[in-house]
Amino acid sequence: MPVVADLDRVRTAPDLFEKEECELREAFLTEVERVPGGARLRRCIQCGTCTGSCPVSYAMDLTPREVMALFRAGDIERILRSRTIWVCASCYQCTTRCPSNIKVTDILYALKRVAVDRRVFPRKFPVYVLSETFAKQVRKYGRNYEVGLLRTYFWKTSVVRMLMRTGLALALWRKGRLALRPARIKGIAGLRRMIAKAETFDRPQPTEVDQEPTSEVGYGAIG
Amino acid sequence: MADPSLVLKREKMQYSYYPGCSLHSTGVAYDKSVRAMFRALDVELTEIDDWNCCGATAYMSVKETVACVVSARNLALAEPSGHDIVAPCSACFTVLNKTRSYVRQLPEFRRNVEASLNEAGMTCRFDLPVRHPLDVLLNDIGISGIVERQVRSLDGLRVACYYGCQIVRPERAVEEDPEVPMALDDLISALGGTPVDYPPKVRCCGGMLVATFEEVAQNLCNELYDRARSEQADCIITTCPMCQANLELLQQGRRGRTNGSSRPIPILYFTQLIGMALGVSDADAGLQHNLIPLNARFPPVSEMVCHGS
Ligand code: SF4
Ligand code: SF4
Repeated sequence: MPVVADLDRVRTAPDLFEKEECELREAFLTEVERVPGGARLRRCIQCGTCTGSCPVSYAMDLTPREVMALFRAGDIERILRSRTIWVCASCYQCTTRCPSNIKVTDILYALKRVAVDRRVFPRKFPVYVLSETFAKQVRKYGRNYEVGLLRTYFWKTSVVRMLMRTGLALALWRKGRLALRPARIKGIAGLRRMIAKAETFDRPQPTEVDQEPTSEVGYGAIG
Repeated sequence: MADPSLVLKREKMQYSYYPGCSLHSTGVAYDKSVRAMFRALDVELTEIDDWNCCGATAYMSVKETVACVVSARNLALAEPSGHDIVAPCSACFTVLNKTRSYVRQLPEFRRNVEASLNEAGMTCRFDLPVRHPLDVLLNDIGISGIVERQVRSLDGLRVACYYGCQIVRPERAVEEDPEVPMALDDLISALGGTPVDYPPKVRCCGGMLVATFEEVAQNLCNELYDRARSEQADCIITTCPMCQANLELLQQGRRGRTNGSSRPIPILYFTQLIGMALGVSDADAGLQHNLIPLNARFPPVSEMVCHGS
């Protein structure tokens, strides 16, 4: 398998990879280009500093270093199907320490965006439900309203977990820390117009590559 | 104590204030204490009128232009005042700054964001800095300026200063060593407290993992509790509503009660503690909202007022 170290070469050599892999790469490269300094990814020296610094790499199936290696070896699909991009807590420890100045965290974000766009994960996948619910709320109210967010989130992912959480929610509520009603901003109509316009610039959602839906959360949801 | 007339001469500092969604719900104590602390320092915060959600990490990870436009609306609203924006929530702070830096570095992206803002008749030059309250304390007011107004010592209080990830890393809030920041520690010792040796100060609290991979988040937080306990800290102070909530909630059992096994560690916002040193009342510092009460005793307000004047 040829190692493609140069972003442009991927585009000028379309026969190197399977068609689906090519599409995934193309999508990923578009995302990486949106990260300022994203193209430095090709300068990875495989030192493993990112993995060693990552406080959650023990829970990943592919370490951050392996993600970089797999990308260059042309196996984006395996990265997208791993739990790595979802376990990442975005703490930026890897990015701060990378000797090649690679924006590891932002690249993992870019991979997340591709996975979400391509729906390469179970339908009830928790992170996806969370960000989707979140986006809907912003569109509706302009602000985020935690009770609604958590209700929808746990309702969609696991009712049992939601009931277990009720005790904690009550504790917060007793301390005056849960807003029971969402606050709607005055300029909501304008905000919606802006979002509609902005959506035309983000990549349209391609066809679904769905997996079997599951009601599990955490490790269970992604194997 | 410094000559009060000198203190008065300082021109009143003004900032635009972006509380963000968390500070209106789970982080209400942060909102109260930030406002009270700055009031005690004679700094004026003006809340940005009709602000909206910052776009936060969850949004950022899916649709980038949308996330940046949502975030940019706040920058546009604050711009006419010309005052720097203060954003206490680490997530908001990072997202607002990231929006600024993306827009300033990527011309095409900027055009898209501007075109979207125009849909609602808004424009933005993206030149107002977005700052963390810790940065304002250290660099605009300065440690001596804070100590000048201190009315209560933190004497005897052992504090674990926890910075978390967002303010020392991607968009650095303070010019600091990202591995071993000391700004909070210096501030606490200047106010009479004892910052304990706390190596996990920049470790991750798990962030959103608490909702998705709770086991992983629990492990991360345990590390933070264990060290604070072994250093006999009276409390951990944080700079972020997500860290505060995670660190408090993961000490609670499923029914919302503190796990009986080990000593619970109170988790305070740094603004609560500094506010109290400046004479802010417990209620104004929002102590009633904390799940784990700060039991440590420290000198009452009166003691320092007498010898200070
Ligand atoms: S730290 Fe940087 S150079 Fe080293 S393996 Fe990770 S990404 Fe590559
Ligand atoms: S940003 Fe993600 S990958 Fe990097 S160190 Fe933190 S958790 Fe690990």
